[in-house]
Amino acid sequence: MATDARTIVLAGADERDLTKLAEYEAIGGYQALQKARAMAPQAVIDEVSASELRGRGGAFFPTGRKWSFVPKPDQNPNPHYLVVNADESEPGSFKDNEIMARVPHRFLEGCLIAAHAVESHHVFVYIRGEYTGPYEVLVAALEELHARLDLRGDVAIVLHRGAGAYICGEETALLESLEGKRGQPRTKPPFPAVQGLYASPTVVNNVETIATVPPIIELGGAEYAKLGVPDSRGTRVVSISGHVARPGNYEIENGLSMRSLIYDLGGGVPDGRTLKAVIPGGSSTVILRGDEIDVGYDFNSLLKLDTAMGSAGVIAIDDRCCMVQLGIRVSEFYEHESCGKCTPCREGTRWMTQILRRLEDGDAAQSELDLLLDVCDRINGKCLCPLGETAAIAVASYVDKFRSEFQAHIDEGGCPFGDSSPLHAVTAPVAQHTHGATAVVPA
Amino acid sequence: MSTYYNEVQELKARYPDWRSAMLPALRLAHEQHGHLSPDALRECAAALGTTPASCEAVASFYDMFHLRPVGRHLVEVCTNVSCALVGAQQVLERFERELGVAAGQTTEDGEVTLRTIECLGGCGWATVVSVDHRYRTHVNAEGVPAILEELRNGD
Repeated sequence: MATDARTIVLAGADERDLTKLAEYEAIGGYQALQKARAMAPQAVIDEVSASELRGRGGAFFPTGRKWSFVPKPDQNPNPHYLVVNADESEPGSFKDNEIMARVPHRFLEGCLIAAHAVESHHVFVYIRGEYTGPYEVLVAALEELHARLDLRGDVAIVLHRGAGAYICGEETALLESLEGKRGQPRTKPPFPAVQGLYASPTVVNNVETIATVPPIIELGGAEYAKLGVPDSRGTRVVSISGHVARPGNYEIENGLSMRSLIYDLGGGVPDGRTLKAVIPGGSSTVILRGDEIDVGYDFNSLLKLDTAMGSAGVIAIDDRCCMVQLGIRVSEFYEHESCGKCTPCREGTRWMTQILRRLEDGDAAQSELDLLLDVCDRINGKCLCPLGETAAIAVASYVDKFRSEFQAHIDEGGCPFGDSSPLHAVTAPVAQHTHGATAVVPA
Repeated sequence: MSTYYNEVQELKARYPDWRSAMLPALRLAHEQHGHLSPDALRECAAALGTTPASCEAVASFYDMFHLRPVGRHLVEVCTNVSCALVGAQQVLERFERELGVAAGQTTEDGEVTLRTIECLGGCGWATVVSVDHRYRTHVNAEGVPAILEELRNGD
């Protein structure tokens, strides 16, 4: 649901059924594509650079610059590929789900414009396997598009469904998976722009990034860049969940205060409870205390607090919740989703979970609090991809921001919150595929 | 040649490299066999022109692929942070009570497999429960019997 007047990505979706091609065309849909095709590819890249659009998947890399890294066809004769990362799996983020479900044609128009810019005739949309709803919306939208040669031109768009693996949201793991392999990250360099899919030049962009491209071409890059704040231009679809009265997706202008996000848009913390903590950008980001939300929701403002917008998944947590329990659930997630390629991540996330469980159960010695931080430190920066690293950063931030609460678990020989915390004894998913003896860890 | 074989040939034609048809071919075999049995993996391998072992090596990486039999219906309760904050555990426990199985188990009649799952990407509509790969949103414990009733009557 978009309540802000500045809707760009979700514009028109509250008034019309934009899953229909005719409805989308009625509000000027696919005109940006015609405009872009009348421009040279480099001019499209320049326009996107002028908009200062940065990747909405979490890494926030300037989109125009990413496109400009792709060698021109005369420099590299291999086919060029555009791959869209629709493998949204970051805990707290559900924006791409809604974007694909409600404005599929704006997204597909973005695919066609981006393909023109990087001179690609093959677009692969890697959509997470669990997203049956958005997948079916895209299938129907593509069917309509296929009947319109004037729009799709000589570009083939293929929907490729994942099969349940968080790691496939990492771009090189995604490419491995798209090539029909286990989704394990590759060493970089070479970067995908040079050697991506089938070792050919490849651009990998997030769904929201792509869906923002048509409005940029329509408005002009400079006009789009008037929205937002320095280094964080334009709008962002923010997912708000957890302890708020009105959870949902809200498109905001970058820079809106987090207090406004949680209280004005999200409706504040229900049942007279107080805000204890906020995860600002999906579970991979450094947590904020409830008193740290008078900050703009933008790259620079959050960087000052050592955190980030990530994939824009804001999770509000009220005062009933135990931060050790939060640590367990988050650590279990990364342990479950670690692909196993790098030892620090594969083993370290498991150790983190074990130490956190001992803290929760009152079995931890005083030294284990520092041991936990030491394990985090030994994962951080020592793996091929950010999965283990973000697990370590996130959990270490819970200790950093709520150290006295962790200490209380040691002093009191157990959890001061117990089952009054909603995160008490939550049943985590078990490994779907076990691998014999390595799955059994001695106590 | 079987229909499955022909369908996989169509899948292969979508990609510059046949290997990219691996996940779609596994998914199709999974749908037809209910899980990726040794027979399903052999059929998949034959259609792709590779070995059953290479199919199993890929399949065993992904949570949506079951290498052992599962119930005719699959109920997956998201217990990641956002859902847990608003009562996912209570939803799960109600399913466990109604079905008489723990998370990760299948009912004795082979009808329903219940399991927990990591974030389904529906955090603002918590608790999310995926029933046969369709999302049910805003599920609370009280709503569980109706979901199961629907499953029983849906045949």
